[in-house]
Amino acid sequence: MDQKMDFNAPHSMGTTIIGVTYNGGVVLGADSRTSTGVYVANRASDKITQLTDNVYVCRSGSAADSQVVSDYVRYFLHQHTIQLGQPATVKVAANLVRLLSYNNKNFLETGLIVGGWDKYEGGQIYGVPLGGTIVQQPFAIGEMEDEILKNHCSIEHCFPGSGSSYLYGFFDQAWKEGMTKDEAEDLVKKAVSLAIARDGASGGVVRTVIINSEGVTRNFYPGDQLPLWHEELEPQNSLLDILGAPEPMNI
Amino acid sequence: MSSIGTGYDLSVTTFSPDGRVFQIEYAAKAVDNSGTVIGIKCKDGIVLGVEKLIASKMMLPGSNRRIHSVHRHSGMAVAGLAADGRQIVARTKSEATNYDSVYGEPIPVKELAERVASYVHLCTLYWWLRFSEIDSHYHFKLYFFVFFTSITYCWQFHRPFGCGVILGGYDRDGPQLYMVEPSGVSYRYFGAAIGKGRQAAKTEIEKLKLTDMTCRQGVIEVAKIIYGVHDEAKDKDFELEMSWVCDESNRQHQKVPDELLEEAKAAAKAALEEMDAD
Repeated sequence: MDQKMDFNAPHSMGTTIIGVTYNGGVVLGADSRTSTGVYVANRASDKITQLTDNVYVCRSGSAADSQVVSDYVRYFLHQHTIQLGQPATVKVAANLVRLLSYNNKNFLETGLIVGGWDKYEGGQIYGVPLGGTIVQQPFAIGEMEDEILKNHCSIEHCFPGSGSSYLYGFFDQAWKEGMTKDEAEDLVKKAVSLAIARDGASGGVVRTVIINSEGVTRNFYPGDQLPLWHEELEPQNSLLDILGAPEPMNI
Repeated sequence: MSSIGTGYDLSVTTFSPDGRVFQIEYAAKAVDNSGTVIGIKCKDGIVLGVEKLIASKMMLPGSNRRIHSVHRHSGMAVAGLAADGRQIVARTKSEATNYDSVYGEPIPVKELAERVASYVHLCTLYWWLRFSEIDSHYHFKLYFFVFFTSITYCWQFHRPFGCGVILGGYDRDGPQLYMVEPSGVSYRYFGAAIGKGRQAAKTEIEKLKLTDMTCRQGVIEVAKIIYGVHDEAKDKDFELEMSWVCDESNRQHQKVPDELLEEAKAAAKAALEEMDAD
């Protein structure tokens, strides 16, 4: 463990993105915090972007890199769909993402989770982490440092999943095969809110996208509707509201 | 003989006054002179068969294959000029592997047929063409980070391909059969035949109930048809070459197993004798 870390400085984590397959489709979930160092640049961002009607991708890492990769893949997939005459499969979408990530690994810093539904293989989740591996998984989780300022960046901070080891443990215990749609969405919501509670650079709202044979459903869970975990404080009204405004002095 | 297009048939880039491109029609004649090639789509796969006319008794049986595997799931049978056929097969193989490496899944047979047809058609358009230009005209997509390795810079005078191909494959949408002609048109078929005996072969194929037939039965039927259309008077000797792609072969394109091939040949010969006996 000889990392050159300043143990007094806050070790900032990153985005929380999750993709889970269930019996009949997939559920993708993400938090909504985009941070620049310790400043929250956007507290309500949408990290789940559409590639085709039936394939979505969860973006993490450098916001710019992940957006440009998604844009290119959306463009290629659109042409592929026209050429093929039918919707592209999730595997094809994930492979296009992987090609871009791998061939430009020296320039990009983004971890992506591609999830969707097609009529041949049903619901599938593919993880494409840093470096451009592609691996199909029944569920995938990723946490990454978001926008990185050059002077604060160090390679150790960019390691995806660092500090999310408890999410892996949580999934080992909570995930099971063949869940229903509602069970899967609850799992995703719970996992993202757990990560938000512990991660400094995850926060805001929880967005989920459910994709199955019937189509796509987007859901939104604002921060105050999420359960509170260990030692989190209840939201409190300001004392000014509770005690009322002080009366002006009368001389 | 059909009409000779005096003066309008010297180049593939010239139309005749009645709207025909004679060079392409002459290319089709080259295909018609070759041994019969048949493909049928059975309910569980595809069977391809070739009547391979043997030029000399010194040739080794099993050489000069006319049926090629272009990908794990598909094969192509060639009729016409053999060297032209080699070129088309090479291009098809390269298309299939390129698609696989970009998209991560085996190329759908429909897409493969379209690419073959597009390539054959392209080579009927120009008087001369550099190979490097073929790729830029051919693909409208820009592969940003994937490069074609098949670029050679050489000047070529082009004639249309003098061969037609029957492409059969089995992908996630089921078994499919396509035929590509020298003009570059490609259609999907239940049963197709090209070459010398194609008229007779098509008549025989139409009699078959293909939707009820398995590939095992289809192999026997194809052998019977080929033996039936072979003209003993004009061409002495031929070798029967057959391949299939079906559930039994695990959806992989391969030669028909030897014992089945022998069984088919025996059945075909027996059927011939019956016909002769009438």
